[in-house]
Amino acid sequence: MADFLINTLGLPAWLAWTVAAVVAAVLILHVIAGGALVFIWAERKIAGRIQDRLGPTRTGGKFGWLQSLADGIKLLAKEDLMPDGADGMLFRIAPYVSFCASFCAFICLPFAFDVVGQRLNVGVFFVIAVLGLEVFGVILAGYASASKWSLFGAMREAAQVVSYEVPLGMCVVVPVMLAGSMDLVTIAEKQAGWFTNWFLFHDPFTFVVFWIYVTCAVASVNRAPFDLAEAESELVAGFHTEYSGLRWSFFFMAEYGSMFLVSALAALLFMGGWNGPIPVATLLGLSEGTGDTAHYLVRLVGLANLIGKATLGVLMMMWIRWTLPRLRIDQVMTTCLKYCTPLAAAMFLGAMLWQIALPGGLVPVLHRPAAEIREGWLPGPGGEVRARDAVSTGDAVSTGDAVAAKVAQVGS
Amino acid sequence: MASMVDDDPRIIEFDVRTDEMLVNMGPQHPSTHGVLRLVLRTDGEVVSEVEPHIGYLHRCAEKIGENLTHRQFIPYTDRMDYLAAMNMNLGWALVVEKLMKYQVSEKARHLRVLITELNRIGSHLVGMGAYGLDLGTFSPFLYAFREREKILDLFEEACGARLTYSYITVGGLTADLPPGWLQRCEAFLGQFEPIIKEYHALLTTNAIFVKRTANIGVMSPDLAIEYGCSGPVLRGSGVDQDMRRDGEAIYTAMYEGYAFEVAVMKDGQYPRDREYPAVPADAVLGDCWHRFFVRMLEVVQSMDLVRQAMDRYSACNGPLGEPLKLTEKMPAGDAYLETECPKGQMGFYIVSDGSAIPWRARARSSSFSNLAVAHELCRGCLIADVPAIVGSLDIVMGEIDR
Repeated sequence: MADFLINTLGLPAWLAWTVAAVVAAVLILHVIAGGALVFIWAERKIAGRIQDRLGPTRTGGKFGWLQSLADGIKLLAKEDLMPDGADGMLFRIAPYVSFCASFCAFICLPFAFDVVGQRLNVGVFFVIAVLGLEVFGVILAGYASASKWSLFGAMREAAQVVSYEVPLGMCVVVPVMLAGSMDLVTIAEKQAGWFTNWFLFHDPFTFVVFWIYVTCAVASVNRAPFDLAEAESELVAGFHTEYSGLRWSFFFMAEYGSMFLVSALAALLFMGGWNGPIPVATLLGLSEGTGDTAHYLVRLVGLANLIGKATLGVLMMMWIRWTLPRLRIDQVMTTCLKYCTPLAAAMFLGAMLWQIALPGGLVPVLHRPAAEIREGWLPGPGGEVRARDAVSTGDAVSTGDAVAAKVAQVGS
Repeated sequence: MASMVDDDPRIIEFDVRTDEMLVNMGPQHPSTHGVLRLVLRTDGEVVSEVEPHIGYLHRCAEKIGENLTHRQFIPYTDRMDYLAAMNMNLGWALVVEKLMKYQVSEKARHLRVLITELNRIGSHLVGMGAYGLDLGTFSPFLYAFREREKILDLFEEACGARLTYSYITVGGLTADLPPGWLQRCEAFLGQFEPIIKEYHALLTTNAIFVKRTANIGVMSPDLAIEYGCSGPVLRGSGVDQDMRRDGEAIYTAMYEGYAFEVAVMKDGQYPRDREYPAVPADAVLGDCWHRFFVRMLEVVQSMDLVRQAMDRYSACNGPLGEPLKLTEKMPAGDAYLETECPKGQMGFYIVSDGSAIPWRARARSSSFSNLAVAHELCRGCLIADVPAIVGSLDIVMGEIDR
């Protein structure tokens, strides 16, 4: 977009980049806010249906569409309370720390090919690192609230974060290793074609890794059965006991934003990102540069694909939440450190050995040839072009071509 | 932190000793079941001492009992254990009848069994659902309330009230069942029976539930007897006592001819009249899981009793009989009787000076004794275990504070 502004409108580069950044930021903010609205409504509806209730039925028509909006207005109108002994500045800043962390991580999250705030060659690293900052908001809130329950919530969150971050990081490394890149766009591109190309189905080890990732991801967004920082029946409301009104809703939005984020990350890393299970575009002969309409159509379908997959992940988290009891903090730590971490390490090793032993996968026809993997650690202009060509031809790439490509790559 | 992952959470390691913190759990807290206040002394997450404070719901029920006639006191017993008001009514009615040496008709006897056992199911459903809530799962609570609603509907048809019934009263019951009630009750039982499997799937056998309850708050039979625990809390520790079988003659006579097996683990086995989930390997007799499981077994047991009572009730031809007059004089003397309420043994004591108004009315609450043991069970547990332990005692504050 910045290119467009510079080339077509003749804006100076700094202005063009600023405008592009603002537009991207606003768009992402709307994704989070709009997403939160929809997900809160969905959660109430789903919880209702799971529990033999109807959920909201009045506000905004038969299905209560406007319930979240009504809630939002209620929260806006609520009195903003701060406990007497609270540390004012930290108390006020905490919700924004949480929300900003969740929001920033969206910057390099690709929604479809090239539909990304800022493409980073260390995208995975960035998302995980920034998402980890969200915890600071929680700990700050608990510390600054001057409430013992909040403090317990904060301490639990701190204990929990050191438990889940380790296996989570290990799980994320596996697709990075398979793709040979930390760029989320490249990782998703590597999984183009039929759904058998998804890293989820790459080998048995990645399949297990995916489920470890799911466990850790649920823990990382503080959802049941890992909602220990809130733990309603034990800690009243945990770290946000003393929060009300809009400040509280920022925590809430951060939570829903993170839920969407980790689900989208799961989709990108393991489930082909914006590539659907069936390469419809390739089968129809629509590929890059066929024409503007096709170009945008492919993007749009990709966008729907990714959002659909991420939404599925969010719905699964809701389903889990309304089914399972809560774990105890020592059990969470045991689960993450004692079981998930060694398992993830073993799976990482397994996936690595699989790469060496069976580079083409069990069924070479269904899997992408090995030549396309291991390229683009630093996606230069040449690397990008190659990757895109590979995507457009999909599975039609014959073994001969693959060997040729490999030779060419080794040569270069 | 080292102590948290120990096998026995009650062994507190003092390698890393931090400042102790006093935390008030309640009286406004989501999982203290009303207005119970627990003062926790904690070292980090480890609780070293739990002290229950009661009295937030005290309504002088016993004193009121000394100013009303015996039948007028019935509505006040409703408000003691409001989740099992029928059983409370029965306890008071029986103790007055014991003092007056009055015997109700055969039909009234079977109807009383029917109604109280149905209420036992209702009470245990709340206990089960609220326990799920204490452990952080919301849905079983609503599933339990869905079925309890149907029991309340049946009660509403019978006596017009949904919570405070005053249905069983001194000398019988206030009214007979309306026509068609038995069919509707039978329909409810038929529909309810398969649903118990769902509860077992969501809670009893759920891996996380077992992790949270097995080997937590283990109470030895001796400890249970020492503290005067009763009901499912006592039977969960493997003590074979049920007032319906072991109580005084006037109470056990009510259950004469009824076939039921006390839900208690005998020789390492629970009653096996039906298919029940197996006891998990981690569970120790006397822990939270066993207390919960005994309640679940009693739901099935009560269903059988309700069915038997319906058969006997419909076989009775005579009249139901009228309850005693409000001002019927009592002979001078005193009487004490314990009945098996869903929460435990509920005892009523009455002293009469010969008038219709008791000279002294006294209630011995089972929840009171059951709660007293909490500080023993909670010593050295984690904060998350406190709701798990207190929830497994299934207390009702209305009964404790009276």
